[in-house]
Amino acid sequence: MSGNRSQRPFWRRPLLVAAALAALWLGLPPLLGLRGVYLATDVLLFVLLAGVLFLGAWMRRQRHLREPWRRVFHQKRAAVSAVVLVVFAVIGLADSIHFRKPLPPAPGAAETAWSVEVLSVLDVLLAHLREREEQTYSAPLATRLYVRQPVERGGRQVREYPRLRHGGAHLADPERQWAGDVARLALAGAGGGLALAALAALGLVLLLARARGESLARTAAGVWRGEGPVPWRTVLATVAVVCAVAGVLAGLSLHYHVLGTDKVGTDVLYLSLKSVRTGLVIGTLTTLIMLPFAILLGIMAGYFRGWVDDVIQYLYTTLNSIPGVLLIAAAVLSIQVYIENHPQLFETATDRADLRLLALCVILGITSWTGLCRLLRGETLKVRELDYIQAAVAFGVRPFVILGRHVLPNVMHIVLIVVVLDFSGLVLAEAVLSYVGVGVDPATISWGNMINGARLELAREPPVWWSLVAAFCFMFALVLSANLFADAVRDAFDPRLREQPA
Amino acid sequence: MLAYIVRRILYAVPILVGVNLITFTLFFVVNSPDDMARMHLGVKRVTPEAIEKWKRERGYDKPLLYNAAAEGLDKVTDTIFFQKSVALFAFRFGQADDGRDIGHDIRQRMWPSLAIAVPVFLVGILVNVTVALMLAFFRATYIDVWGVVAAVILMSISMLFYIIGGQFLIGKLWHLVPISGYDDGIDGIRFLVLPIAVGVVSGIGSGTRWYRTIFLEEINKDYVRTARAKGLSELRVLFGHVLKNAMIPILTGAVVVIPLLFMGSLLTESFFGIPGLGSYTIEAIQAQDFAIVRAMVFLGSVLYIVGLLLTDLSYTLVDPRVRLQ
Repeated sequence: MSGNRSQRPFWRRPLLVAAALAALWLGLPPLLGLRGVYLATDVLLFVLLAGVLFLGAWMRRQRHLREPWRRVFHQKRAAVSAVVLVVFAVIGLADSIHFRKPLPPAPGAAETAWSVEVLSVLDVLLAHLREREEQTYSAPLATRLYVRQPVERGGRQVREYPRLRHGGAHLADPERQWAGDVARLALAGAGGGLALAALAALGLVLLLARARGESLARTAAGVWRGEGPVPWRTVLATVAVVCAVAGVLAGLSLHYHVLGTDKVGTDVLYLSLKSVRTGLVIGTLTTLIMLPFAILLGIMAGYFRGWVDDVIQYLYTTLNSIPGVLLIAAAVLSIQVYIENHPQLFETATDRADLRLLALCVILGITSWTGLCRLLRGETLKVRELDYIQAAVAFGVRPFVILGRHVLPNVMHIVLIVVVLDFSGLVLAEAVLSYVGVGVDPATISWGNMINGARLELAREPPVWWSLVAAFCFMFALVLSANLFADAVRDAFDPRLREQPA
Repeated sequence: MLAYIVRRILYAVPILVGVNLITFTLFFVVNSPDDMARMHLGVKRVTPEAIEKWKRERGYDKPLLYNAAAEGLDKVTDTIFFQKSVALFAFRFGQADDGRDIGHDIRQRMWPSLAIAVPVFLVGILVNVTVALMLAFFRATYIDVWGVVAAVILMSISMLFYIIGGQFLIGKLWHLVPISGYDDGIDGIRFLVLPIAVGVVSGIGSGTRWYRTIFLEEINKDYVRTARAKGLSELRVLFGHVLKNAMIPILTGAVVVIPLLFMGSLLTESFFGIPGLGSYTIEAIQAQDFAIVRAMVFLGSVLYIVGLLLTDLSYTLVDPRVRLQ
């Protein structure tokens, strides 16, 4: 079986999948009468996705990488966090497919004019959240504004808390009906979510039964008792919890602002969900950008030594000695000046914000490649002395072939560990940098910008706490699951750590 | 030893030249001095004369890297890069955009930064080492497992939330200490308590995990087994043997950040209104004052290189096996 599989080149299936996805992405918008918008970060995210597919297919063939991955997914902590990470990834990817709607045709115009508003698939799915804006602050699930407004009543001005335009607008008497309505929506939502989870469970059992060639009942019982190396029961429990929470949020958001509204009346749940993409882009694209440099320079320094090593070491010592935040600040300031002086380069405001996001990723990449580069250099210094490399040298294999064929696969585990470990740090860095004022564009929706806008609201009387709490919860869920997953990956891949008794 | 130190200091020169070249590229090549002048003066109402005046006042009216109009050596020296870099090497930081002397400001603002950073550093190490030793003592029990999980949870919270939460709970709800501010002398302590506490708590997660791995690495060595074999209690093994030997990686890991304590913390200082170097930097970034940012980048690099040198020297002090040539 395995001999048969290794006859086919490993890249065939990922290539087909990537090509199909690309065709869909390019072809669907015109079919639906829309104009696809391909932002730089969208394209790079797609490249990243394709890269992950290829890498996955390649790693399936490499026994020394396949086995540790198996160990990763046999841990419950890793399985739970992987489910959460997949949910975030799906939200982020849905928010990375952009398009512009056509404007109503003007009389006599030959060409269609396109709206300047760039929307994503996520925007369409959350249309009811995006479009229902209130006047200003309202608390989570509120039916009235959080701030007194002057209202005309019986010919004179009174200041009172007016009803919201959308939140709970269907209730005739909110004071009495509110609790029952909220409970009904939440229950219905949770029920729907759990039904979805049950479907997912059924699908999983079907697939497992087919793969193992067992009867359906036997597989289901095995999963239920938590048998087998992969913790499917834990995975399904996580899926159920995630579905139930999502169901409650979705049910309530039909008629309420579940997490309240911010100063200009935008739904906080919408802002939190839109921030997912920004966090993911910063956490992943930064790595994608820095990876080629770090890998190439790191293994070159370790393999060739001599003057190559000296030059590369000088390069990363110099970059390392500049305080990270200051280098980022200096670079972002320069780019800001550049963007302000060249407004003609950008078609829409989204383009401009996107370029700034990409620039931030590049800059973060420049400041963060040095760590990986140093680790790879150290590991390559060890690997190059091993017998099989010496044998390859003796056979007269060219140096760069040795680097690609023999050195790179054997330092790959370090790359994987560093990539997953860096991710959470980068997501956290985005918030701090946005607070300092050198993060993403102020128009980009991100957790950093949400915190930045909300930090003075706690000082209000009474305090406005929901924006902060929402940003905190979403960020915490992403970073915590990334950290737990990274821990599992490190435990599985780093042989030195495995030698220790548990 | 002295020869080693001198050689290391000489090595630092090309690195600092590199740092200067990078910041110079960032500030002057991506955007010409004209661009910067236009931005500072406002993009709309700007005349060529105003730009020339702005550049002349700040010494930006020279060529960037190579002065073709000058004679002899002046071709290289009479440029923005050379003039600005040489001044930095002599620690003459020049003037900020509002005309204040940067060197004087740095000397003034260094003290509040140290008043926060030094206690955070010392208390932080003490707390982290204590907790990590406790986890190592209870290794492979539920206390250890859940302690590590708690550390991961603490690590996953953004520094911003530690600060905002601390200010809200302790300052606003419980009214224990002022939310922000700074005062010299003994009165100032009440302003320092909260930032120091926040600084220590926010570092517990990653610090504890890091020290725990060091202790666990040490605990599996032969001399520890010997100590146990001769009948020492686990506590004596931990404090008398493991802690003592683990101090080598702990100390050398800590030494590199000591010089950087001068720079202060950007976030803590700006949230708590402490007039230190961190808030100085952040204000400069927000006001887009390039002269200050460049000075702070240079200062930070020098301190980092000093930290690396101190690390290597401290190895010889705590570990007699290490010899520097």
